[in-house]
Amino acid sequence: MEKIIEFQNVSKSFGDLQVLKNLDMHVNKGEKIALIGPSGSGKTTILRILMTLETIDSGHVVINEDYLWHQQTGSGLVAASEKHLHQMRENVGMVFQQFNLFPHLDAITNIVEPQVLVKGTDRVDATVKAQKLLALVGLEEKAKHYPHELSGGQQQRVAIARALALEPKIMLFDEVTSALDPELVDEVLNVLRVLAADTDTTMLTVTHEMNFAREFADRVLFFDKGQIVESGHPEKIFTTPEEPRTRNFLKKFIKDIA
Amino acid sequence: MEWSWQVVYEVLPSMLDGLIVTVQASLVGALLAYVIGLFLALLKMSKTWIIAKTSYWVSECIRRTPLLVQLYFLFYVLPDFGIFLSPFVAGVIGLGIHFSTYTSEVYRAGIENVPKGQWEASRALNYNAYQTMRHVILPQAIPPMIPPLANYLITMFKETPLLSAITVVELFNAANIFSNSHYKYLEPMTLVGLFFLIISIPAAYAAMKLEQKYKPKNAG
Repeated sequence: MEKIIEFQNVSKSFGDLQVLKNLDMHVNKGEKIALIGPSGSGKTTILRILMTLETIDSGHVVINEDYLWHQQTGSGLVAASEKHLHQMRENVGMVFQQFNLFPHLDAITNIVEPQVLVKGTDRVDATVKAQKLLALVGLEEKAKHYPHELSGGQQQRVAIARALALEPKIMLFDEVTSALDPELVDEVLNVLRVLAADTDTTMLTVTHEMNFAREFADRVLFFDKGQIVESGHPEKIFTTPEEPRTRNFLKKFIKDIA
Repeated sequence: MEWSWQVVYEVLPSMLDGLIVTVQASLVGALLAYVIGLFLALLKMSKTWIIAKTSYWVSECIRRTPLLVQLYFLFYVLPDFGIFLSPFVAGVIGLGIHFSTYTSEVYRAGIENVPKGQWEASRALNYNAYQTMRHVILPQAIPPMIPPLANYLITMFKETPLLSAITVVELFNAANIFSNSHYKYLEPMTLVGLFFLIISIPAAYAAMKLEQKYKPKNAG
Protein backbone atom coordinates (compact mmCIF):
# COMPACT_ATOMS: atom_id res chain seq x y z
CA MET A 1 0.00 0.00 0.00
CA GLU A 2 1.16 3.45 -0.87
CA LYS A 3 1.60 5.89 1.99
CA ILE A 4 0.20 9.37 1.39
CA ILE A 5 0.75 10.83 4.87
CA GLU A 6 3.52 10.06 7.31
CA PHE A 7 4.29 11.55 10.73
CA GLN A 8 7.86 10.74 11.77
CA ASN A 9 8.64 11.35 15.43
CA VAL A 10 6.55 14.54 15.52
CA SER A 11 6.28 16.59 18.71
CA LYS A 12 4.27 19.72 19.30
CA SER A 13 3.67 21.82 22.40
CA PHE A 14 1.52 24.84 23.14
CA GLY A 15 3.45 26.54 25.93
CA ASP A 16 3.86 23.95 28.67
CA LEU A 17 1.27 21.63 27.23
CA GLN A 18 2.70 18.91 24.99
CA VAL A 19 -0.06 17.92 22.58
CA LEU A 20 1.93 15.49 20.41
CA LYS A 21 4.69 13.29 21.81
CA ASN A 22 7.09 11.67 19.35
CA LEU A 23 4.18 10.68 17.17
CA ASP A 24 4.73 8.11 14.43
CA MET A 25 1.82 7.31 12.15
CA HIS A 26 0.97 6.90 8.53
CA VAL A 27 -2.08 6.93 6.30
CA ASN A 28 -2.36 5.00 3.06
CA LYS A 29 -3.67 6.46 -0.15
CA GLY A 30 -7.47 6.38 -0.24
CA GLU A 31 -7.81 5.30 3.38
CA LYS A 32 -10.66 6.66 5.52
CA ILE A 33 -9.35 7.29 9.00
CA ALA A 34 -11.30 8.21 12.12
CA LEU A 35 -9.37 9.88 14.92
CA ILE A 36 -11.06 9.41 18.27
CA GLY A 37 -10.12 10.12 21.84
CA PRO A 38 -10.69 12.52 24.72
CA SER A 39 -10.55 16.24 23.98
CA GLY A 40 -7.07 17.71 24.24
CA SER A 41 -5.53 14.44 23.08
CA GLY A 42 -3.98 16.01 19.98
CA LYS A 43 -6.37 14.76 17.28
CA THR A 44 -7.32 18.18 15.97
CA THR A 45 -3.68 19.31 16.10
CA ILE A 46 -2.80 16.54 13.62
CA LEU A 47 -5.31 17.91 11.13
CA ARG A 48 -4.18 21.50 11.71
CA ILE A 49 -0.56 20.55 11.14
CA LEU A 50 -1.49 18.85 7.87
CA MET A 51 -3.38 22.00 6.80
CA THR A 52 -0.34 24.13 7.81
CA LEU A 53 -2.40 25.99 10.40
CA GLU A 54 0.06 24.85 13.08
CA THR A 55 3.78 24.29 12.84
CA ILE A 56 5.63 21.34 14.37
CA ASP A 57 8.36 21.58 17.00
CA SER A 58 10.36 18.54 15.87
CA GLY A 59 10.18 15.53 13.60
CA HIS A 60 8.96 15.36 10.02
CA VAL A 61 5.66 15.27 8.22
CA VAL A 62 5.57 13.76 4.75
CA ILE A 63 2.74 14.21 2.27
CA ASN A 64 2.93 12.49 -1.10
CA GLU A 65 6.62 11.65 -0.58
CA ASP A 66 7.49 15.28 0.00
CA TYR A 67 8.31 16.94 3.30
CA LEU A 68 5.55 19.32 4.42
CA TRP A 69 7.42 21.53 6.88
CA HIS A 70 10.87 21.14 5.33
CA GLN A 71 12.38 21.29 1.93
CA GLN A 72 15.45 19.69 0.43
CA THR A 73 18.22 22.06 -0.62
CA GLY A 74 21.83 21.53 -1.63
CA SER A 75 22.91 21.86 1.97
CA GLY A 76 20.26 19.54 3.41
CA LEU A 77 16.81 19.98 4.91
CA VAL A 78 15.72 23.51 5.75
CA ALA A 79 12.45 25.00 7.02
CA ALA A 80 9.84 25.20 4.28
CA SER A 81 9.32 28.51 2.48
CA GLU A 82 5.85 29.98 2.06
CA LYS A 83 6.05 28.99 -1.61
CA HIS A 84 6.70 25.36 -0.69
CA LEU A 85 3.81 25.39 1.80
CA HIS A 86 1.59 26.86 -0.90
CA GLN A 87 2.45 23.97 -3.24
CA MET A 88 1.96 21.40 -0.50
CA ARG A 89 -1.45 22.82 0.45
CA GLU A 90 -2.74 21.92 -3.02
CA ASN A 91 -2.91 18.32 -1.75
CA VAL A 92 -5.09 19.07 1.25
CA GLY A 93 -8.56 20.45 1.98
CA MET A 94 -10.22 21.00 5.32
CA VAL A 95 -13.71 21.37 6.77
CA PHE A 96 -13.94 23.14 10.12
CA GLN A 97 -16.08 22.72 13.20
CA GLN A 98 -17.34 26.31 12.80
CA PHE A 99 -17.92 26.03 8.99
CA ASN A 100 -16.01 29.29 8.29
CA LEU A 101 -17.98 30.08 5.15
CA PHE A 102 -17.34 33.54 3.73
CA PRO A 103 -20.35 35.49 5.08
CA HIS A 104 -20.22 38.18 2.38
CA LEU A 105 -20.65 35.65 -0.45
CA ASP A 106 -23.69 33.52 -1.28
CA ALA A 107 -23.45 29.73 -1.18
CA ILE A 108 -22.49 29.20 -4.80
CA THR A 109 -19.95 32.04 -4.85
CA ASN A 110 -18.34 30.52 -1.76
CA ILE A 111 -17.65 27.48 -3.96
CA VAL A 112 -16.88 29.33 -7.20
CA GLU A 113 -14.41 31.92 -5.93
CA PRO A 114 -11.70 29.60 -4.57
CA GLN A 115 -11.66 27.69 -7.86
CA VAL A 116 -11.24 30.92 -9.83
CA LEU A 117 -8.65 32.47 -7.51
CA VAL A 118 -6.58 29.44 -6.60
CA LYS A 119 -6.85 27.15 -9.59
CA GLY A 120 -7.45 29.80 -12.25
CA THR A 121 -10.59 27.98 -13.38
CA ASP A 122 -12.85 29.82 -15.80
CA ARG A 123 -15.80 31.31 -13.87
CA VAL A 124 -18.37 29.56 -16.08
CA ASP A 125 -16.76 26.15 -15.57
CA ALA A 126 -16.34 26.82 -11.87
CA THR A 127 -20.04 27.65 -11.62
CA VAL A 128 -21.06 24.43 -13.37
CA LYS A 129 -18.90 22.46 -10.98
CA ALA A 130 -20.24 24.37 -7.98
CA GLN A 131 -23.81 23.53 -9.04
CA LYS A 132 -22.93 19.84 -9.28
CA LEU A 133 -21.35 19.93 -5.84
CA LEU A 134 -24.34 21.74 -4.36
CA ALA A 135 -26.54 19.02 -5.83
CA LEU A 136 -24.26 16.39 -4.29
CA VAL A 137 -24.76 17.90 -0.83
CA GLY A 138 -28.49 18.38 -1.53
CA LEU A 139 -28.50 22.18 -1.63
CA GLU A 140 -28.93 23.11 -5.29
CA GLU A 141 -31.92 25.25 -4.34
CA LYS A 142 -29.90 27.25 -1.82
CA ALA A 143 -27.25 28.46 -4.30
CA LYS A 144 -28.19 32.12 -3.94
CA HIS A 145 -28.60 32.05 -0.16
CA TYR A 146 -26.07 33.75 2.07
CA PRO A 147 -24.55 31.81 4.98
CA HIS A 148 -26.63 33.69 7.58
CA GLU A 149 -29.76 32.54 5.76
CA LEU A 150 -28.77 28.86 6.07
CA SER A 151 -28.98 26.48 9.02
CA GLY A 152 -25.76 25.21 10.59
CA GLY A 153 -26.13 21.87 8.83
CA GLN A 154 -26.66 23.58 5.48
CA GLN A 155 -23.67 25.85 6.04
CA GLN A 156 -21.52 22.85 6.82
CA ARG A 157 -22.65 21.07 3.66
CA VAL A 158 -21.72 24.14 1.61
CA ALA A 159 -18.34 24.18 3.37
CA ILE A 160 -17.81 20.53 2.38
CA ALA A 161 -18.69 21.35 -1.23
CA ARG A 162 -16.30 24.32 -1.14
CA ALA A 163 -13.42 22.14 0.00
CA LEU A 164 -14.24 19.41 -2.55
CA ALA A 165 -14.27 21.92 -5.41
CA LEU A 166 -10.48 22.23 -5.26
CA GLU A 167 -10.15 18.43 -5.61
CA PRO A 168 -7.66 17.82 -2.84
CA LYS A 169 -6.15 14.34 -2.54
CA ILE A 170 -6.59 14.51 1.22
CA MET A 171 -9.70 15.80 3.00
CA LEU A 172 -9.64 16.71 6.67
CA PHE A 173 -12.84 16.91 8.71
CA ASP A 174 -12.37 18.56 12.10
CA GLU A 175 -15.33 17.73 14.36
CA VAL A 176 -17.62 18.86 11.59
CA THR A 177 -20.82 18.08 13.50
CA SER A 178 -19.81 19.30 16.96
CA ALA A 179 -21.24 22.79 16.49
CA LEU A 180 -24.56 21.51 15.14
CA ASP A 181 -27.91 21.03 16.83
CA PRO A 182 -28.49 17.28 17.25
CA GLU A 183 -31.23 17.12 14.61
CA LEU A 184 -28.86 18.56 11.99
CA VAL A 185 -26.00 16.12 12.58
CA ASP A 186 -27.29 13.37 10.32
CA GLU A 187 -27.68 15.50 7.20
CA VAL A 188 -23.96 16.30 7.38
CA LEU A 189 -22.86 12.78 8.26
CA ASN A 190 -24.91 11.41 5.37
CA VAL A 191 -22.94 13.59 2.97
CA LEU A 192 -19.71 12.24 4.44
CA ARG A 193 -20.98 8.66 4.13
CA VAL A 194 -21.69 9.20 0.42
CA LEU A 195 -18.28 10.77 -0.09
CA ALA A 196 -16.46 8.00 1.74
CA ALA A 197 -18.16 5.36 -0.38
CA ASP A 198 -17.76 7.11 -3.72
CA THR A 199 -14.32 8.63 -3.81
CA ASP A 200 -10.75 7.44 -3.55
CA THR A 201 -9.87 10.65 -1.72
CA THR A 202 -7.96 10.03 1.49
CA MET A 203 -10.06 11.21 4.42
CA LEU A 204 -9.21 11.93 8.03
CA THR A 205 -11.99 12.79 10.38
CA VAL A 206 -11.85 13.83 14.01
CA THR A 207 -15.18 12.91 15.52
CA HIS A 208 -17.11 12.14 18.68
CA GLU A 209 -19.83 10.35 16.71
CA MET A 210 -18.75 6.78 17.39
CA ASN A 211 -21.42 5.10 15.29
CA PHE A 212 -20.41 7.21 12.37
CA ALA A 213 -16.70 6.49 12.91
CA ARG A 214 -17.49 2.79 12.96
CA GLU A 215 -19.12 2.70 9.54
CA PHE A 216 -17.08 5.47 7.90
CA ALA A 217 -13.55 4.39 8.75
CA ASP A 218 -11.26 1.73 7.34
CA ARG A 219 -9.10 2.29 10.37
CA VAL A 220 -9.65 3.95 13.73
CA LEU A 221 -6.88 5.65 15.70
CA PHE A 222 -7.47 6.10 19.40
CA PHE A 223 -5.49 9.01 20.82
CA ASP A 224 -4.73 9.90 24.37
CA LYS A 225 -2.25 12.45 25.70
CA GLY A 226 -0.60 13.11 22.37
CA GLN A 227 0.03 9.49 21.43
CA ILE A 228 -1.74 6.72 19.57
CA VAL A 229 -2.85 4.25 22.20
CA GLU A 230 -4.45 1.80 19.83
CA SER A 231 -5.29 1.57 16.17
CA GLY A 232 -7.08 -0.91 14.01
CA HIS A 233 -10.20 -1.92 12.13
CA PRO A 234 -13.31 -0.26 13.57
CA GLU A 235 -15.01 -3.58 14.35
CA LYS A 236 -12.01 -4.61 16.40
CA ILE A 237 -11.60 -1.27 18.22
CA PHE A 238 -15.28 -0.88 18.98
CA THR A 239 -15.96 -4.47 20.08
CA THR A 240 -12.75 -5.87 21.52
CA PRO A 241 -10.29 -3.06 22.26
CA GLU A 242 -7.04 -4.27 23.77
CA GLU A 243 -6.00 -1.25 25.77
CA PRO A 244 -7.79 -0.39 29.03
CA ARG A 245 -7.64 3.30 28.16
CA THR A 246 -9.49 2.68 24.90
CA ARG A 247 -12.09 0.60 26.67
CA ASN A 248 -12.65 3.22 29.35
CA PHE A 249 -13.09 5.93 26.76
CA LEU A 250 -15.46 3.90 24.59
CA LYS A 251 -17.61 2.86 27.57
CA LYS A 252 -19.01 6.37 27.62
CA PHE A 253 -20.32 5.93 24.09
CA ILE A 254 -20.99 2.23 23.66
CA LYS A 255 -22.69 0.10 26.27
CA ASP A 256 -22.03 -3.43 25.07
CA ILE A 257 -18.27 -3.36 24.97
CA ALA A 258 -16.13 -6.31 25.97
CA MET B 1 -29.65 93.71 23.66
CA GLU B 2 -31.77 93.40 20.57
CA TRP B 3 -31.40 91.19 17.52
CA SER B 4 -30.36 93.29 14.52
CA TRP B 5 -31.07 92.04 11.01
CA GLN B 6 -28.76 94.79 9.80
CA VAL B 7 -25.81 93.11 11.52
CA VAL B 8 -26.85 89.77 10.03
CA TYR B 9 -26.93 91.34 6.59
CA GLU B 10 -23.46 92.86 7.06
CA VAL B 11 -21.73 89.78 8.49
CA LEU B 12 -23.33 87.17 6.26
CA PRO B 13 -21.11 87.51 3.14
CA SER B 14 -17.84 87.00 5.01
CA MET B 15 -19.37 84.18 7.03
CA LEU B 16 -20.45 82.36 3.88
CA ASP B 17 -16.86 82.60 2.65
CA GLY B 18 -15.78 81.26 6.03
CA LEU B 19 -18.27 78.40 5.78
CA ILE B 20 -16.71 77.34 2.49
CA VAL B 21 -13.27 77.29 4.14
CA THR B 22 -14.67 75.26 7.04
CA VAL B 23 -16.19 72.67 4.72
CA GLN B 24 -13.01 72.49 2.63
CA ALA B 25 -10.82 72.12 5.71
CA SER B 26 -13.08 69.35 7.06
CA LEU B 27 -13.14 67.42 3.80
CA VAL B 28 -9.43 67.72 2.99
CA GLY B 29 -8.54 67.05 6.63
CA ALA B 30 -10.77 63.97 6.69
CA LEU B 31 -9.30 62.68 3.44
CA LEU B 32 -5.82 63.02 4.94
CA ALA B 33 -7.00 61.35 8.15
CA TYR B 34 -8.41 58.41 6.18
CA VAL B 35 -5.27 57.91 4.08
CA ILE B 36 -2.65 58.50 6.80
CA GLY B 37 -4.75 56.44 9.22
CA LEU B 38 -4.67 53.47 6.84
CA PHE B 39 -0.87 53.56 6.66
CA LEU B 40 -0.64 54.02 10.40
CA ALA B 41 -2.92 51.01 10.93
CA LEU B 42 -0.75 48.87 8.65
CA LEU B 43 2.38 49.95 10.56
CA LYS B 44 0.71 49.22 13.91
CA MET B 45 -0.21 45.73 12.69
CA SER B 46 3.29 45.09 11.34
CA LYS B 47 4.81 41.75 12.27
CA THR B 48 8.11 43.54 12.87
CA TRP B 49 8.00 44.29 16.57
CA ILE B 50 9.96 47.54 16.44
CA ILE B 51 7.79 49.04 13.66
CA ALA B 52 4.59 48.07 15.44
CA LYS B 53 5.75 49.49 18.79
CA THR B 54 7.20 52.70 17.37
CA SER B 55 4.12 53.51 15.34
CA TYR B 56 1.91 52.69 18.29
CA TRP B 57 3.74 55.16 20.54
CA VAL B 58 3.97 57.89 17.91
CA SER B 59 0.24 57.51 17.44
CA GLU B 60 -0.38 57.64 21.20
CA CYS B 61 1.72 60.81 21.57
CA ILE B 62 -0.26 62.55 18.84
CA ARG B 63 -3.58 61.36 20.19
CA ARG B 64 -2.87 62.32 23.82
CA THR B 65 -1.82 65.92 23.11
CA PRO B 66 -4.18 68.77 22.18
CA LEU B 67 -4.80 69.49 18.52
CA LEU B 68 -4.39 73.21 19.30
CA VAL B 69 -0.79 72.67 20.42
CA GLN B 70 -0.05 70.62 17.31
CA LEU B 71 -1.48 73.38 15.09
CA TYR B 72 0.76 75.96 16.81
CA PHE B 73 3.70 73.66 16.25
CA LEU B 74 2.97 73.27 12.54
CA PHE B 75 2.34 76.95 11.95
CA TYR B 76 4.57 78.82 14.41
CA VAL B 77 7.41 76.38 15.23
CA LEU B 78 8.14 74.71 11.90
CA PRO B 79 9.22 78.04 10.30
CA ASP B 80 12.15 78.02 12.77
CA PHE B 81 13.27 74.88 10.96
CA GLY B 82 12.80 76.50 7.58
CA ILE B 83 9.39 74.92 6.84
CA PHE B 84 6.75 77.51 5.99
CA LEU B 85 3.15 76.38 5.58
CA SER B 86 0.16 78.51 4.71
CA PRO B 87 -2.47 78.67 7.49
CA PHE B 88 -4.88 76.48 5.56
CA VAL B 89 -2.25 73.86 4.69
CA ALA B 90 -0.92 73.76 8.26
CA GLY B 91 -4.53 73.49 9.46
CA VAL B 92 -5.58 70.54 7.31
CA ILE B 93 -2.28 68.73 7.95
CA GLY B 94 -2.83 69.19 11.67
CA LEU B 95 -6.41 67.94 11.48
CA GLY B 96 -5.43 65.08 9.19
CA ILE B 97 -2.55 63.83 11.32
CA HIS B 98 -4.39 64.26 14.62
CA PHE B 99 -7.45 62.36 13.46
CA SER B 100 -5.42 59.72 11.60
CA THR B 101 -4.57 58.32 15.04
CA TYR B 102 -8.30 57.77 15.57
CA THR B 103 -9.07 56.44 12.09
CA SER B 104 -6.12 54.03 12.32
CA GLU B 105 -7.86 52.45 15.32
CA VAL B 106 -11.04 52.11 13.27
CA TYR B 107 -9.12 50.28 10.54
CA ARG B 108 -7.23 48.11 13.02
CA ALA B 109 -10.37 47.15 14.94
CA GLY B 110 -12.22 46.48 11.68
CA ILE B 111 -9.58 44.04 10.51
CA GLU B 112 -9.06 42.41 13.89
CA ASN B 113 -12.80 41.87 14.30
CA VAL B 114 -12.85 39.53 11.33
CA PRO B 115 -12.95 36.09 13.00
CA LYS B 116 -9.78 33.98 13.06
CA GLY B 117 -11.70 31.23 11.25
CA GLN B 118 -11.87 33.41 8.14
CA TRP B 119 -8.07 33.59 8.00
CA GLU B 120 -7.85 29.84 8.55
CA ALA B 121 -10.43 29.07 5.87
CA SER B 122 -8.48 31.26 3.43
CA ARG B 123 -5.31 29.37 4.23
CA ALA B 124 -7.05 26.01 3.91
CA LEU B 125 -8.30 27.07 0.47
CA ASN B 126 -4.73 28.07 -0.38
CA TYR B 127 -5.41 31.78 -0.90
CA ASN B 128 -2.22 33.84 -0.94
CA ALA B 129 -1.78 36.83 1.39
CA TYR B 130 -3.11 39.33 -1.16
CA GLN B 131 -6.15 37.22 -2.07
CA THR B 132 -6.93 36.71 1.62
CA MET B 133 -6.94 40.46 2.25
CA ARG B 134 -8.66 41.47 -0.97
CA HIS B 135 -11.34 38.76 -1.20
CA VAL B 136 -11.94 37.67 2.40
CA ILE B 137 -10.80 40.10 5.08
CA LEU B 138 -11.40 43.58 3.63
CA PRO B 139 -14.88 42.86 2.25
CA GLN B 140 -15.88 41.93 5.79
CA ALA B 141 -13.82 44.58 7.58
CA ILE B 142 -14.74 47.67 5.54
CA PRO B 143 -18.55 47.92 5.95
CA PRO B 144 -18.39 48.21 9.76
CA MET B 145 -15.66 50.86 9.38
CA ILE B 146 -17.82 53.24 7.36
CA PRO B 147 -20.08 54.62 10.14
CA PRO B 148 -17.22 55.45 12.56
CA LEU B 149 -15.19 57.01 9.74
CA ALA B 150 -18.20 59.17 8.84
CA ASN B 151 -18.58 60.15 12.49
CA TYR B 152 -14.96 61.32 12.60
CA LEU B 153 -15.67 63.57 9.61
CA ILE B 154 -18.46 65.19 11.62
CA THR B 155 -16.19 65.54 14.66
CA MET B 156 -13.46 67.15 12.53
CA PHE B 157 -16.00 69.56 11.08
CA LYS B 158 -16.86 70.61 14.62
CA GLU B 159 -13.18 71.05 15.56
CA THR B 160 -12.36 73.39 12.67
CA PRO B 161 -12.79 76.62 14.75
CA LEU B 162 -9.43 75.67 16.30
CA LEU B 163 -7.86 76.63 12.97
CA SER B 164 -8.73 80.25 13.80
CA ALA B 165 -5.79 80.11 16.24
CA ILE B 166 -3.43 79.89 13.28
CA THR B 167 -5.21 82.67 11.38
CA VAL B 168 -7.37 80.53 9.09
CA VAL B 169 -10.48 82.55 8.33
CA GLU B 170 -13.03 79.78 8.63
CA LEU B 171 -16.64 80.19 9.71
CA PHE B 172 -15.95 81.02 13.35
CA ASN B 173 -13.02 83.29 12.64
CA ALA B 174 -14.97 85.21 9.99
CA ALA B 175 -17.65 85.94 12.56
CA ASN B 176 -15.08 86.68 15.25
CA ILE B 177 -13.24 89.21 13.12
CA PHE B 178 -16.49 91.04 12.49
CA SER B 179 -17.46 90.88 16.16
CA ASN B 180 -14.16 92.22 17.39
CA SER B 181 -14.23 95.21 15.08
CA HIS B 182 -17.96 96.01 15.48
CA TYR B 183 -18.48 94.92 19.10
CA LYS B 184 -21.45 92.88 17.97
CA TYR B 185 -21.41 89.29 19.23
CA LEU B 186 -25.04 88.16 19.46
CA GLU B 187 -25.82 87.85 15.77
CA PRO B 188 -22.46 86.58 14.43
CA MET B 189 -22.05 83.92 17.13
CA THR B 190 -25.68 82.82 16.85
CA LEU B 191 -25.14 82.45 13.13
CA VAL B 192 -21.98 80.38 13.70
CA GLY B 193 -23.97 78.01 15.88
CA LEU B 194 -26.80 77.87 13.35
CA PHE B 195 -24.48 77.11 10.45
CA PHE B 196 -22.82 74.30 12.39
CA LEU B 197 -26.23 72.87 13.26
CA ILE B 198 -27.55 73.14 9.72
CA ILE B 199 -24.72 70.93 8.55
CA SER B 200 -24.09 68.65 11.56
CA ILE B 201 -27.66 67.56 12.18
CA PRO B 202 -28.33 66.20 8.69
CA ALA B 203 -24.80 64.74 8.64
CA ALA B 204 -25.36 62.99 11.96
CA TYR B 205 -28.65 61.67 10.65
CA ALA B 206 -26.92 60.39 7.51
CA ALA B 207 -24.24 58.71 9.66
CA MET B 208 -26.98 57.02 11.66
CA LYS B 209 -28.50 55.71 8.43
CA LEU B 210 -25.07 54.37 7.45
CA GLU B 211 -24.86 52.56 10.77
CA GLN B 212 -28.16 50.86 10.15
CA LYS B 213 -27.18 49.98 6.61
CA TYR B 214 -23.86 48.42 7.58
CA LYS B 215 -25.01 46.61 10.69
CA PRO B 216 -23.05 43.36 10.59
CA LYS B 217 -24.97 40.32 9.39
CA ASN B 218 -23.81 37.46 11.53
CA ALA B 219 -23.59 33.99 10.15
CA GLY B 220 -25.33 31.20 12.02
